[in-house]
Amino acid sequence: MCRLAAITSKEFISPMEPILALETMKEGHDGSGLGLVLKDLGGEFEKLKKYPVLSGICSKDGKKTLDDYMKKHGFTLKHEWRPKIKPVKGIVQRDHYFARAYDYPAAYKSKTMAEKEELLMQTRLEIRKIGEPNESIFAFSFYPDAITIKEVGDPLEVAQFFGLDNDSLKARIILAQGRQNTNYAIYLYACHPFFIQGYCSMTNGENTAFVPIREFLSSRGFPGYMGYNSDSEVFTHILHYATRQLGFPLHYYKDVITPLKAHEIEERPDKEAISMIKQSMRQLCIDGPNMVIGFTPDGTVFMVQDAKKLRPGVVGGVKGKYALMSEECGVDRAIPKRDRAKDIFPMKYDMVIISPKAEEVRVWNQLHG
Amino acid sequence: MEPAARLDHNHKLSLRELPYIIRWRDDRCTRCGKCTAVCPVKAIVPAVKVKRFVHSDSPIPTPTAKRMTVHVVEQVTDMERYCTGCGTCTLVCPNEAIEPEFNPSNKLLHYKNKGGDGYKRGGRRNDPSISTLDRLKFTRISMLTDPALDAGRHEFRIRTLLGRIMSPEAMPLKVIDGKLSVDKRDIFVPPVREIYPIMIGSMSVGALSPPMWEGLAMGVAYLNEVEGMPVVMCSGEGGMPPRLLRSRYLKYFIIQIASGYFGWDEIVRAIPHMVEDPAAIEIKYGQGAKPGDGGLLMAQKVLKLISKIRGVPQFVDLASPPTHQTKYSIEEAVAKMIQSMSMAWGFRVPVYPKISGSKTARAVLNNLARNPYAAGLSIDGEDGGTGAAYNVSMDKMGHPIASNLRDCYLDLVKQGKQNELPLIAAGGVGKKGNLAANAAALIMLGASAVSIGKYIMQTASDCFGDENNRCNLCNTGQCPRGITTQDPKLYRRLDPDKVAERVVEVFKSADVELKKIFAPMGRSTELPIGMSDGLSIDDKAMAERLGISYAC
Repeated sequence: MCRLAAITSKEFISPMEPILALETMKEGHDGSGLGLVLKDLGGEFEKLKKYPVLSGICSKDGKKTLDDYMKKHGFTLKHEWRPKIKPVKGIVQRDHYFARAYDYPAAYKSKTMAEKEELLMQTRLEIRKIGEPNESIFAFSFYPDAITIKEVGDPLEVAQFFGLDNDSLKARIILAQGRQNTNYAIYLYACHPFFIQGYCSMTNGENTAFVPIREFLSSRGFPGYMGYNSDSEVFTHILHYATRQLGFPLHYYKDVITPLKAHEIEERPDKEAISMIKQSMRQLCIDGPNMVIGFTPDGTVFMVQDAKKLRPGVVGGVKGKYALMSEECGVDRAIPKRDRAKDIFPMKYDMVIISPKAEEVRVWNQLHG
Repeated sequence: MEPAARLDHNHKLSLRELPYIIRWRDDRCTRCGKCTAVCPVKAIVPAVKVKRFVHSDSPIPTPTAKRMTVHVVEQVTDMERYCTGCGTCTLVCPNEAIEPEFNPSNKLLHYKNKGGDGYKRGGRRNDPSISTLDRLKFTRISMLTDPALDAGRHEFRIRTLLGRIMSPEAMPLKVIDGKLSVDKRDIFVPPVREIYPIMIGSMSVGALSPPMWEGLAMGVAYLNEVEGMPVVMCSGEGGMPPRLLRSRYLKYFIIQIASGYFGWDEIVRAIPHMVEDPAAIEIKYGQGAKPGDGGLLMAQKVLKLISKIRGVPQFVDLASPPTHQTKYSIEEAVAKMIQSMSMAWGFRVPVYPKISGSKTARAVLNNLARNPYAAGLSIDGEDGGTGAAYNVSMDKMGHPIASNLRDCYLDLVKQGKQNELPLIAAGGVGKKGNLAANAAALIMLGASAVSIGKYIMQTASDCFGDENNRCNLCNTGQCPRGITTQDPKLYRRLDPDKVAERVVEVFKSADVELKKIFAPMGRSTELPIGMSDGLSIDDKAMAERLGISYAC
């Protein structure tokens, strides 16, 4: 089972904070990978928030292909972050790790955000398509104010490899996953967290309903619903589908993935709507065991459980900084000075929602709506 | 010159040509006559023979031959009265003196066409080999990587939906104060029923005897009302008992309309008096057992009750045409009929067609996918049963359900409509008794529900029939178990309460077994429709065809 560590904070934090929290949960990950997504960037990207950041890895040849592609499509490079690599035994170094902020092509500068998002996703998919067959380019995300970093190895060693302990890279929201590879191949595109158009999530546990969900999402006619090298990627796409594509308020994500039983629905004020959702989105129901941590484009961070609460998860912190972790020891490492009595262990009906900049924590209960 | 044939019995068949040979034991038989009286086809008769005995009375062997007249039970070799192997004789014999034995080298089909008419029978395809459904295995078991569920402890929700389900994009939802609400103005929200994923398929009052049909119906009502299992049952073509139409139990029944429209005078007249809507309306276009052939209730089964329910004279063959004669195209046959039926119940009842398994199923499906009123598609594979059909139709016509269903499901996936149009799979579910396993396999191949006919009929009433052509007398009205007969002398053998009890037992045990399949695969909340990664088969070609893994 993967271990998850997320921190949402008013102040910018270093990615080392969630990584060190992951280290306390070391028995739960086997060094098959680290995935990091940083949102609401600080440091060198603080002044570049309106520019989309392309995160990825490429080979020497891939770099040329990528540069040519971006140039040809009118993207201008504004800034590039590259990690200061410190070789670590066991981690195979690839040629170029990067997070590049680009300016939009001239024709897109005055377009709506939705149109820009469409362009960014199509560009990322196209780059992925070009680079995937020979693994010359990996493109993890291409979106304003967000960076994705992934590599195979033990999380702490990967962090040292990237020199994150001495890097200025900072963000207000950081999701980190220490991978315990189970059913699927060790592959960078299979590493959480997954990101699509500002929506991001990571999951622990196996998704037994993966195939029907994948088929349902793939057949929505939305080009971004692809990949699925991991059964957990569907959680991100369901989040995107329910909230962005269908316009549901965030807490209906819980009603989509873990619908209530008929007699429980009767107690909800919006019973008619959730009955309809339960029918029409039947294929998106997960069966667990899963705990999902994610965020939405506005900076809201959440944690949600499967319908039987078969996976651990805890949220704790102080106003202005909250940690969402697989295990309590992770929270202790991230935010030791807090009132532990106020830690939240979300149960099967709960969805913990933390407002942007870690202002407020709310436990939304599915039974009461 | 007189032909030799008459002199040496050359015109007669020998017992070796017959499918079942009676093993009668002279030493055990008490000559009570029960077996010959009960035989539904008069394949055995009491006979008198002259027997030659050699015996000796004196202390010194002095063998003398004596001729004695003895009473025996004799099997006739007339193909019109061939032993069907039903075994009713064995059941009634007080002394285990008689038993039919299957003769695998029989030549029944060489001779069973007297009068120039092909062999007709009931039952299903006579193929005792293992079907594809029984070769499918559940191989994706949640092991140490993640906990499997506990069939005895966790909550399970084994339910499915019958009816046209709106696509998520089409849901008339809007956000008011952070909550979703439904705005049904200017939009048709199709009726959807939550049902148990194993349905009882269409077997008519007429094909079945009154106690059999009544027993099934009582079992279904009990399952719903007492066990809380929303099992539904299809009426078959031939109407329903008038009191049931006007009762609150109608909601557990799917009313079938087929090309003969039998029973529909009574149904239409009852509509204004209905206190509940039926579960659904099934429009029958085909039947897996005899694709392209119409329904048939033979004259010997059209007695008083049946003639009344169906609105026809007694003792006439009731043949439903192979197609709906008033409809000339798929648009007519499907779209208009769905519209008409929907309209009759104010668009409150799901209406779906049933077709026989066929290469053309996908064309029908694609037509339905474009019809927002179509509530599903039921596909009946070649292993489905029937009360009466030509043997050639049963044995040689039709399409296996597994690949037919899979093709249809994957077509829906391509269109993104896999959740919108439920597929009901039928034909051979539980053929070898593996009801839950067959149902689960079909669900994982893409069925929203499965329909069972022959399995439940056999299991609930101890039917003798099998794929070695045992009994299969359903068409004759001579059913020795009282299941498919309208003759009170025969059907009084069947206790409807016992039938109902068995129906309940079957569904409850299937429910437990489904949990035993789903739990180790980590599924409990929703039916694993299309969870094809859970399945494997031990044949590479089959695995490739079904898009599942090969395991050996």
